[in-house]
Amino acid sequence: MNPKPWDAERALARIQKLENLPGGLLPILHALQEEFGYIHDAAVPLIANALNISEADVTGVIGFYHDFRRTPPGRHVLNMCRAEACQSMGCDRVIRHVESRLGARLGQTTGDGNFFLSAVYCLGNCALSPAVMLDGKLYGRVSSEVADFLIDSAQRQA
Amino acid sequence: MSTTVYVPGDAAALSVGSEAVAVAIASEASSRRAEVSIVRNGSRGMFWLEPLVEVETPQGRVAYGPVTPESAKSLFDAGFLSGKPHALCLGATEEIPFLKQQERLTFARCGITDPLSLSDYISHGGYRGLERALKLAPEAIVEEVVKSGLRGRGGAGFPTGIKWRTVLAANADKKYIVCNADEGDSGTYADRMITEGDPFLLIEGMTIAAFAVGATSGFIYVRSEYPHAFRTLRRAIAIAYSKGYLGANVAGSGKTFDLEVRLGAGAYICGEETSLLESLEGRRGQIRFKPPLPAISGLFGKPTVVNNVISLCTVPIILDKGAEFYANFGMGKSRGTLTIQLAGNVKHGGLVEKAFGITLREAIYDFGGGTASGRPLRAVQAGGPLGAYFPESMLDTPLDYEAFAARKGMLGHGGIVVFDDTVDLARQARFAMEFCSVESCGKCTPCRIGSTRGVEVIDKIISNEDRSKNLELLDDLCELMLDGSLCALGGLIPYPVQSAIRHFPEDFDKPAPAPIPVTVRAKEVQPWH
Repeated sequence: MNPKPWDAERALARIQKLENLPGGLLPILHALQEEFGYIHDAAVPLIANALNISEADVTGVIGFYHDFRRTPPGRHVLNMCRAEACQSMGCDRVIRHVESRLGARLGQTTGDGNFFLSAVYCLGNCALSPAVMLDGKLYGRVSSEVADFLIDSAQRQA
Repeated sequence: MSTTVYVPGDAAALSVGSEAVAVAIASEASSRRAEVSIVRNGSRGMFWLEPLVEVETPQGRVAYGPVTPESAKSLFDAGFLSGKPHALCLGATEEIPFLKQQERLTFARCGITDPLSLSDYISHGGYRGLERALKLAPEAIVEEVVKSGLRGRGGAGFPTGIKWRTVLAANADKKYIVCNADEGDSGTYADRMITEGDPFLLIEGMTIAAFAVGATSGFIYVRSEYPHAFRTLRRAIAIAYSKGYLGANVAGSGKTFDLEVRLGAGAYICGEETSLLESLEGRRGQIRFKPPLPAISGLFGKPTVVNNVISLCTVPIILDKGAEFYANFGMGKSRGTLTIQLAGNVKHGGLVEKAFGITLREAIYDFGGGTASGRPLRAVQAGGPLGAYFPESMLDTPLDYEAFAARKGMLGHGGIVVFDDTVDLARQARFAMEFCSVESCGKCTPCRIGSTRGVEVIDKIISNEDRSKNLELLDDLCELMLDGSLCALGGLIPYPVQSAIRHFPEDFDKPAPAPIPVTVRAKEVQPWH
């Protein structure tokens, strides 16, 4: 996770690379989020202009999909699966443990800005539940102890 | 002579440390000056044994697992490079009962080859299906798929060949093949496994589909929760282009097929085909009214085949071995094999490809070995979050689309989630409604509002507020959602709810517990200071 600070020129360059793709809005939003960590408000008119759609259309799409963020996330993003297979292996306990350790609920960023916690519904690792994804990397059989280890390692890099 | 060692590069294997294992084996080999070439294969699908390391020996492949980086030294000491015994040795891979008792047709190559080696793919029977398809007229390819009895493996079970026939008959200047790789159902991972473990298979299947219906362009829509599968497909597509298996002159046939992989953005509803098309077109993933069917007016308004990953990955073997070969597997109207995914609280979780017709009990006990916790099994949810909860007494249900439908259940994509006796079905029912409220696209009222009201009513039932009245109300709400929702999300979410009440009434009749912690998937993050 190494998002760069918002830069309109850089954003425009990423948009222009993709603006001619059929149905290019999602790829553009992914590219911007990859670059900056979130979709900056100032990106909305740039995208609308490039694709010749209204700003409301762009905002509507950003709002519809769980992935897209309009504010910067924490330095680390921890997605915790709370779907059925992980429930059957006690993910709720692990989630409660992580929430109380970090002092943030799913959907929130910790006070120190280190972690953004988020719920996901299935990471496709259902034979190795509970599963989490930390900064895009998948982990299986995540007990509270494993979660602590992952958080500690991430904190050391932070 | 160099010894080949296989260390899976599959995301699930990586999730339990296969990368560190590969590094440890490589460094141990170099310090011993042993000549080892490490292949990052797909997973064999025996996840409780991951990281499962295999060694190529003159007697065949020998398996060791679960291997830790720390065990690398002792493996070398024991002589694992020549398949010698070790505490982690599992013997010949093919002889492991979990694998030996399967009928792997779609997954025949998964875990065996290097996923990104086209020559490996071809030397293990790859592109034979396309080779045969290129000798056939489009109508003949379609009829082959119709005769095979292949039904959509995404969950709906609609005959794949019939869908193709409609697209073939449609007149248009452009047609599309869209692969639905938005595998969002909890308990399923077959799509992820095959796209990571044998990506050229999907490319071949889509190419055959394209030539069958006259399409020249295709998209694979992969969910963003699968970044590893996305990267693998991107690389495989680039390789296929560079070797002439995609593009203007596929395999020297003079025919064109262009393929692109696109990333979803965390919306479960985009697994519904019309939502997926909306999303591909760059819009909110709201479902479309049907008709028109996507086969008539799909992506960008053109005739479009939308098929699940496993359906498309099964097409090559049908073309290669013939419709009859494939149709000889299975029972009733469910022909061929089902890729069963054992998940959740199960001892031996993994992928079991088997002809339709084995029972839930056989899958869970003979293959899965019972619960992981060792406690008694209490409930099973097949078919993902929209599937029914079955009690132990229904485990003799055969895995067959019709048998499940007859019991008000759904086989879906073949995922089976096992729960032990600590499960509370009232909470599971609540979760189903909550999930629906989080993931509803908002287009139709029964799903958008019904799911929220459903959570509220179940909360009242749990907290023992007018219980019998509210159970009646919930049943009424479920019937309304079943009948009135536009798509399967709102239309099937009553399945887990009603089955929980039907089969586990005691869980809805307990004293009111302490308040349930409410965890919502908040979109907006809290700004930090």
